[in-house]
Amino acid sequence: MKDPAWIDLALTAARPQAMGALLRYFRHLDTAEEAFQEACLRAIRTWPDKGPPRDPTAWLIFVGRNSGVDQIRRSARNTALPDEKVLSDLSDAEADMAERLDSSHYRDDILRLMFICCHPDLPATQQIALALRIVSGISVAQIARAFIVSESAMEQRITRAKARVAKAGLPFEAPSAAERAERLPPVMAMIYLVFNEGYSAGMSNPDVAALCEEAIRLARLLQRIFPAEPEIMGLAALMLLQHSRREARYDEEGQVILLEDQDRTLWDRRQIDEALALLDKAIRHRKPGPYQVQAAIAALHARAMTAAETDWKEIELLYQLLEKLNPSPVVSLNRVVAFSKLRGPFEALTMLEPLADALDGYFYFHGVRGGLLAQTGETREAREAFGRAISLARSPAEAAHVRLELDKLREEATAIQ
Amino acid sequence: MLYAILCYADEEKVFAWSKEEEAAVMGRLQAVQEPLARAGKMGPTGRLMPTTAATTVRKGREEPLVVDGPFAETKEVLLGFYTVDVENLDEAIAFSKELSAVNPGSTSYEIRPFYVFQPGSSPR
Repeated sequence: MKDPAWIDLALTAARPQAMGALLRYFRHLDTAEEAFQEACLRAIRTWPDKGPPRDPTAWLIFVGRNSGVDQIRRSARNTALPDEKVLSDLSDAEADMAERLDSSHYRDDILRLMFICCHPDLPATQQIALALRIVSGISVAQIARAFIVSESAMEQRITRAKARVAKAGLPFEAPSAAERAERLPPVMAMIYLVFNEGYSAGMSNPDVAALCEEAIRLARLLQRIFPAEPEIMGLAALMLLQHSRREARYDEEGQVILLEDQDRTLWDRRQIDEALALLDKAIRHRKPGPYQVQAAIAALHARAMTAAETDWKEIELLYQLLEKLNPSPVVSLNRVVAFSKLRGPFEALTMLEPLADALDGYFYFHGVRGGLLAQTGETREAREAFGRAISLARSPAEAAHVRLELDKLREEATAIQ
Repeated sequence: MLYAILCYADEEKVFAWSKEEEAAVMGRLQAVQEPLARAGKMGPTGRLMPTTAATTVRKGREEPLVVDGPFAETKEVLLGFYTVDVENLDEAIAFSKELSAVNPGSTSYEIRPFYVFQPGSSPR
């Protein structure tokens, strides 16, 4: 544990709980962050010589709290009178360390830390950036690289997000059971946003791919504080299943390889096994939710050793259930894809028609439509649909993939001539 | 004497390992086991999934209760186990010390002698 890399890891592992506790004491994000930062600096200075403390988290909270109080006293001397409210939770400052780490706060501290990143006024990108900075402690530079923006732009974005959160008022009262339950869905959604930011970016950027791992870590953390919540198990399972395919999703040139064309031996079996175990646990609760159903769909793909063995019938049924739980045109589109595998392109195209208005601006809709049209032999219309898909693609890899489909159509046309 | 060596760890730390860190630790652990394996002293070993994948069946008043997660909420959780057939406790302690030295995620190793040991019938 004298190796700096391991100290780093201990600090990362301790961060959510320590930051959560410091935020509860100081009721101010920047003060809590500075206090945690100071505690980390002292840890890096003292742990290599003295060895790590028995409970690093408790140590960090204790040291962070003292340094935060010092800081407030110092700045209070220079400016106005100390703000009573800022120091409101410091009355037990003389109690011993074990008592300060009252475990009853543990869960709410971490949940609060995650929850403040999900303020509904914050756009998705700011929620992700804030969570990565505040909860995960990832450096601004690294977050900036993941979003492909400059460091100063990201710094500004995070500062703005923090200001907005502070203005909205941080929720410091201990939440009731009902409030706790209300906080879970936005927190889960935020974790999934972090994951998708990494998932959709592809292989090219390792800083982005690391976001997937971070999201899985956050889901495990959330599950550990809410062990009996099946949707968290579903979310963790879903992310593990999607992440298990990372080595198979792109070819050497970085082009997307569709699920049915992937080399399934490259799928990470360890992650699949863990996801299946989580899903088993979740299903026992008989409280289906969107994450569990999506994970169940992903699990059916994971269980099929070849694309031909995919249980499309069960998948189509699960999409029907998902349409009920979480109606959205995108879910319906996915159902159409499953349906087409069962009943062929003609019936699927009929099912697709009513979605056209809602999904006209969606890359995947035109890609699916083009694919189905190509299967029916409507080459000209298929080409138009693929062209529309390319114009809507969000990444070069997506566009390249559709171009490949277009090339195939052209080759077939030439072959016929 | 046949011992179980139960490895406890802070799972927040262990499951935050990067792929490279994980591979490095696994390689070092493998190296520590090498001499015992060559001497024919290593029995079955196992590494467990995180406690988020765990379920506990507890005695209830009437029916047993099925609870999500581990039995007790503690920072240190069972991470995996080794079985070793060694001369004496000293050898088991020496082995555990070596494991501990190369696994920064572990917090303790509990050395427990077996009363009964059955390799089982599962092909895996």
